[in-house]
Amino acid sequence: MDVILFLIFAAIAVVCGINVVVQSHPISSAISLIGVMGSLAVLYLLLGAEFLAAAQVIVYAGAVMVLFVFVIMLLNAGAETRKGRSWMAQLLGLPLVFAFLGLMAYFVQHLFPGAPEVHFGAFRHGTALDVGRALFTQYLLPFEVVSVLILIAILGAVVLARKELE
Amino acid sequence: MATGVPISWYLILSAVLFALGVAGFLLRRNVITVFMSIELMLNAVNLSFITFSYQLKQVNGHIFSFFVMVVAAAEAAVGLAIILTVFKNRSTLNIDDVSSMKN
Amino acid sequence: MNFFLLSLIKAVVVAFVLLTTLAYLQWVERKVIAHIQVRLGPSRVGPHGLLQPLADVIKLITKEDLLPPYVNKFLYLAAPFFAVTMALLSISVIPFGAEIHVFGTSTWMQLADLNFGILFVLAISSMGVYGIALAGWASNNKYSLLGGLRSSAQMISYELPLSMAVAAPLLLANTLSLRQLVERQSGYILGFIPRWSIFQGPMPQIFSFIIFMIAAFAETNRVPFDLPEAENELVAGFHTEYSSMKFAAFFMAEYANMITVCSITTTLFLGGWLPPWPASAGSNFVAPLIFVVAGAIALYHGLNPARRRDRLTLPVVAVVFFVVAALFLIPFLQGALMPLFWFAAKTGSLLFLFIWIRGTLPRFRYDQLMAFAWKFMFPVAVLNLLVTGLLVAVFS
Repeated sequence: MDVILFLIFAAIAVVCGINVVVQSHPISSAISLIGVMGSLAVLYLLLGAEFLAAAQVIVYAGAVMVLFVFVIMLLNAGAETRKGRSWMAQLLGLPLVFAFLGLMAYFVQHLFPGAPEVHFGAFRHGTALDVGRALFTQYLLPFEVVSVLILIAILGAVVLARKELE
Repeated sequence: MATGVPISWYLILSAVLFALGVAGFLLRRNVITVFMSIELMLNAVNLSFITFSYQLKQVNGHIFSFFVMVVAAAEAAVGLAIILTVFKNRSTLNIDDVSSMKN
Repeated sequence: MNFFLLSLIKAVVVAFVLLTTLAYLQWVERKVIAHIQVRLGPSRVGPHGLLQPLADVIKLITKEDLLPPYVNKFLYLAAPFFAVTMALLSISVIPFGAEIHVFGTSTWMQLADLNFGILFVLAISSMGVYGIALAGWASNNKYSLLGGLRSSAQMISYELPLSMAVAAPLLLANTLSLRQLVERQSGYILGFIPRWSIFQGPMPQIFSFIIFMIAAFAETNRVPFDLPEAENELVAGFHTEYSSMKFAAFFMAEYANMITVCSITTTLFLGGWLPPWPASAGSNFVAPLIFVVAGAIALYHGLNPARRRDRLTLPVVAVVFFVVAALFLIPFLQGALMPLFWFAAKTGSLLFLFIWIRGTLPRFRYDQLMAFAWKFMFPVAVLNLLVTGLLVAVFS
């Protein structure tokens, strides 16, 4: 059951990922990226990261991607036109990518020979309680710094995107 | 007892998504699509963090992943504001056309 | 019983009840708004217009299903489907009642009790923005695009005070699971005040309740925040180009969102399926009493009818009410029916509030709406969360 779920959502993630790169219109890439994030959220659930799965959907798929979709709609970005594609790059590039990924897969399989298999429900420390406890005790300083970072980002975005004061 | 999924499969999936992100970043010309490829790379890295957190039976990987998510959200906000401003000034979304600082 | 089979049966029951409630919620809305405006509302199709939703469904199904040639086909077809899916998905974590023992198995009246149930609801509601934004974009029509953008901007702006208003009772209950939220609101203060979130010390969540309700009105695009779909504003907003079943899908999504939001309010603030006073003080007799009184009123008007056909329909209604009242008095059904009754009563009162406000208030202008969200609701919600956190930290 775990294997079937993993294979389905990994396949969806990879297909949507390829779609992000291949589609010519940015809105189709954005929809595919939402698909990637949704399937990754399910994979996080399979790995026992329940708080992060919810955060992924709320923050990434539900806020960041809405921002992307808004900008694409506001700018009325059309489909991309292709000019001057290098066929040599495609001829060499794709097999190299596959070779690289195959090598990575081989090495990863052999680096972790005794690694535990992922069973759904085996990792119980991904709840909001555990994440919150670690976040507010051990990682308090990065947490506060990141809140200042968000404040700076908000101020920056507001300043950059406002109308010019004539 | 049902078999689980080997951990290396999650890591390979993360590598594949990261490679796709890099390919999109290098090959595409529309600046918004380039940005989305960056988000794809960040998501792939998040998956890696959470996988290792599962293997090491600790919650620290989740914390890293949380911070990556927050930083990515902040970066998306500011980056899209910059894209809006560039579009207002140059009326183009092609990153090849905003190279006036070159040479 | 097998977990999957049990879940399937529960899902079918919940889906059936939800879809019927959707259809009749529209009937209730039309009748209530009509009576607010001193007119009758649907009264021709079936007795008292009760078959009006059926007539509407038949009309919508048999209307011509246009696919305009200038739309983005995939997104145009996917957007209403997506909107309805997200609207109906949140119901799966809402607890409708206590544990029941039926056919040898014991199960909770809830489809899935997630550890992070309330985060799931927030996640699904933040995904619901896409149905509207993509519908506006795909229609390739300036009115739709503007309506879609305005509606999505409104929804994501009001998600912030909504989430802050949700976080405050979670500080009191110390859990994210909806079932445990309801269980921690059980018990009575001073013996007769129920320990619901809006009455619980150290900080009664009455402000969170008000902020949540206002944000919920904005999230579901209801009056006074319904500018994006107002008819005299943007033709019809984001669903201008949609006809027949796809248009019906958006309407279904709006009513399903309303029901979901009222159910979440009931669970978070009003104690879910818990009775307002203990069963030992007779709260088990409220439901049969209400139905007996309703049946008596129907019978009285049936014996002195205003219209000739009421001589037949009203006594039938009275008999139905008396039968339902008798059902509530059967002891072994009481355990299952009483929590359902209290949940339905609270959610129904909130839905009546939604409909009442629709018939009463004018709508906000768009800039007033956005200024209200960012300059008033968000600071108030943050302040409320801070005060709640402070009091919880000091007193426990």
